[in-house]
Amino acid sequence: MPETITMQVTRYRPDTDRSPTIQEYAVPLRKEWAVLDGLNYIKDRLDGTLSFRWSCRMGICGSCGMTVNGNPALTCGTFLHDFAPGPVRVEPLTNFPVIRDLVVSIDDFLRKLPTVRPWLIREDETVEDVEFLQTPGELDNYKQFSMCINCMLCYAACPVYAAEPDFLGPAAIALAQRYNLDSRDQGAHQRLDLLATPQGVWACTYVGECSAACPKGVDPAGAIQRYKLTAATRTLRSFLLPKGAR
Amino acid sequence: MSTELTDLRLYRPPIRRTWWLHRRSYLMFVLREVSCVFVAWAVVFLLLMINAVHAGEDAYQRFLAFSGNPWVLVLNIVALAFVLLHAITWFNLAPKAIVLTARGRRLAPRAVAAAHFGAWLVATVVVGWIVLGGR
Repeated sequence: MPETITMQVTRYRPDTDRSPTIQEYAVPLRKEWAVLDGLNYIKDRLDGTLSFRWSCRMGICGSCGMTVNGNPALTCGTFLHDFAPGPVRVEPLTNFPVIRDLVVSIDDFLRKLPTVRPWLIREDETVEDVEFLQTPGELDNYKQFSMCINCMLCYAACPVYAAEPDFLGPAAIALAQRYNLDSRDQGAHQRLDLLATPQGVWACTYVGECSAACPKGVDPAGAIQRYKLTAATRTLRSFLLPKGAR
Repeated sequence: MSTELTDLRLYRPPIRRTWWLHRRSYLMFVLREVSCVFVAWAVVFLLLMINAVHAGEDAYQRFLAFSGNPWVLVLNIVALAFVLLHAITWFNLAPKAIVLTARGRRLAPRAVAAAHFGAWLVATVVVGWIVLGGR
């Protein structure tokens, strides 16, 4: 194994640059080093001006998502030696405006997320007085969707989001489904008005890359297709059935 | 105030026109979207045939002559490929949308897909029997 590997890192300094440039750095190639370790080596030893987000280093916080050799990935879970002899290209996540170097703005997602009401909605009693029991089967219904860490890799992988920025997007819809499918939740009808719209599930044309990119095994594409069936069924019922029976 | 300044300096990467050529799944997605044109052609072709059959022997013979044109033949072969792509990807999508549970357990996604492909096979056999041998 060679001793170093070249990292080609996108730089964008908003105060001086009109568009991003690529800068090369040689970093030690160690078996246990992730791409994030390489970036931290650059920051600590080679170039303190490089900016990127990171926190936990263990695939929990969802901060260190970047584009590595063209693919959206958590840099803490992507290893340098998999790209040996190199070079490794590290770019900011696609489909997001770049603030600086590898840091992107996710304001759009943060605006959309609360609109799908990603919390338990109860209509009949106050929550603090009641213990809600749930069977393992009921937990399994939504558990997968609760694993989302908001890392934005699914948005970076989605060409629909690139073309239609109004699209709610994979993670927001998967999180809505996380609550819709929870036996304790009674807010599905409140989310319907937002999800069953041209900016909601109907914008999705099922490319499927969001599920392929997800580092936590969430299947946003599955959540969206499943909700399309739910929305279509509800619309059909509202046409065919009298109000009381819907 | 600082947010406004940052907004002004954000770099928004342009979307390349060839974005769909850079990943196999994107290419397949675009081909599947294009397939709707050929599905529409297949429907039009079927309606033309039904109309010709309804209009009598002469009209049907004219339709057969039209169908034998090399360009119609090529178009129909391409259309068949796209219709197959459309149908297969549609049936493969079915298990994502349809989640069935039986006795507290989720039915395997493969079973949902298999049911769709099975129904397709049965429909094909029935139509084939009517067209080819069921006189």
